Amino acid sequence: MLFKDTALVYGRCLRQSLRSGVALFFGVLTPLLYLFFFGPLLTGLPLGGQGSSWQVLVPGLLLQLALFGALFAGFSIILEKAQGVVERMRVTPVSRLALLLGRVLRDTTVLLFQAVLLVLAALAMGLRAPLGGILVGFGFVALLAVALASLSYALGLTVATPQEFAPLVNGVAMPSMLLSGLMLPMSLAPAWLEALSHVVPLRYLVDAVRDAYAGSYTSPHMLRGVLVAVGFAVLAVTVGTRVFRRAGA
Amino acid sequence: MAAVISAAGLARTFRTKRGPVHAVRGIDLTVHEGEILGFLGPNGAGKTTTLRMLTTLLAPTGGTATVAGCHLVTDPVGVRRACGYVAQSGGVDGQITVREELVTQGRLYRLTKAEAVERARELAQDLGLDGLLDRRTAALSGGQRRRLDIAMALTHRPRVLFLDEPTTGLDPGSRADLWDLVRRLRDEHGTTVFLTTHYLDEADALADRLVVVDHGVVVAEGTPSALKREHAGSADASLQDAFLAITGRRPAPADAAPVAI
Ligand SMILES: Nc1ncnc2c1ncn2[C@@H]1O[C@H](COP(=O)(O)OP(=O)(O)OP(=O)(O)O)[C@@H](O)[C@H]1O
Ligand SMILES: [Mg+2]
Repeated sequence: MLFKDTALVYGRCLRQSLRSGVALFFGVLTPLLYLFFFGPLLTGLPLGGQGSSWQVLVPGLLLQLALFGALFAGFSIILEKAQGVVERMRVTPVSRLALLLGRVLRDTTVLLFQAVLLVLAALAMGLRAPLGGILVGFGFVALLAVALASLSYALGLTVATPQEFAPLVNGVAMPSMLLSGLMLPMSLAPAWLEALSHVVPLRYLVDAVRDAYAGSYTSPHMLRGVLVAVGFAVLAVTVGTRVFRRAGA
Repeated sequence: MAAVISAAGLARTFRTKRGPVHAVRGIDLTVHEGEILGFLGPNGAGKTTTLRMLTTLLAPTGGTATVAGCHLVTDPVGVRRACGYVAQSGGVDGQITVREELVTQGRLYRLTKAEAVERARELAQDLGLDGLLDRRTAALSGGQRRRLDIAMALTHRPRVLFLDEPTTGLDPGSRADLWDLVRRLRDEHGTTVFLTTHYLDEADALADRLVVVDHGVVVAEGTPSALKREHAGSADASLQDAFLAITGRRPAPADAAPVAI
């Protein structure tokens, strides 16, 4: 039942996304701009990582894509709630978890599609990385998308207006981006900033994807990254499920 | 007649930043199988909140109720299978076609793909949406949209249909059509219809029995003529007079039975 219901909600949501046409590409615009106009600045700089500057930047841009894309996913449910669509579905026997998972998987799909576009563009710009590393990178994008989209939908279902939603999400997104070393590795940071960055879960994912892009799949960074990403996703889906189950949310 | 809905002390308090809002304070009511019940009350009386509790959308903060023999809290899935709900403000996505909304709704009620397609066709025919199946719902008129909302709620042939202000914004012809539809559902399928309305002529013409709520409690109930006799002095009085006397929004007419002083 859960599987069928999820597939049903997923199909409906995906058709909604496909129907929106160009909006499918909006999310990838910002990372692409960074790739084209910021990436070339880094090529000569000593970033302290292994490999080229592209192997440092592209993992950051991938996670940036997932961070912003998934964090704002919940926006759509505020609109659906206002239209009464959410309540209409909630009076049917459909699984509450499916109402969440179908949406989350739709966003994950869209973000993976955008991630592929981003990597293709990066290859054209000069990125060279092992295929395995690139695939591992997509895995992390998917995990982060599942986690953040779940939380975002939970928030979207709870707040009454978009005006409450946007500041909260921005308040999470900006510090996460700056404190996780998304753009430049935290190894360049002074000790206090580097220490502070360890409280941001995203930091561990960034380190892991950079290692993957350099071809080291068994590093401590990778282990920590996998643990944090999986743990965070499980936690976030649990929270999301709670909120979706609670009647009247 | 068997009771298909029974509620005892059903209550809901919302916690807000400005303190608790007692939207529904304790509703006791019984609705019989096949009955058309008019649920009346002034704005903010707690009608929508009651409907949302009875359809499992909102957890009660007090009291209990059963719908079609299923307990709201312990068997919400049973309640959902038995009832259809048309919300005050509808519930379709404007960018999606009528056909897709109807088919998806069928699948949410666990019909197979083929059954859902067939049911969508049937419903469209029943509710006069035939030529509109491929239109986006945003491009429907108010009356067509309302018929779609009702079609969606009828997908699984529910035993109990909850309609929250189904005729608000409809022209007289569409309202009359909707009354016919409600009567037809009851006569042909034995569907119990629980509807709210602010049109007292509608309540008078359509409902077998009325329940009037105010400030979250039931303040009167009975057949339209009984309410008129009791609260407006005679069975020939208007339901409007009875309603105003019951909810105390205006002084009772001089010839009405005196209320407690
Ligand atoms: N989610 C909520 N949070 C806080 N208060 C609420 C909420 N929903 C409803 N209320 C309050 O509960 C009371 C009853 O509202 P309800 O919508 O049930 O009234 P109603 O009888 O349907 O009114 P109307 O005829 O205007 O539709 C109102 O005072 C309303 O402001
Ligand atoms: Mg209402």
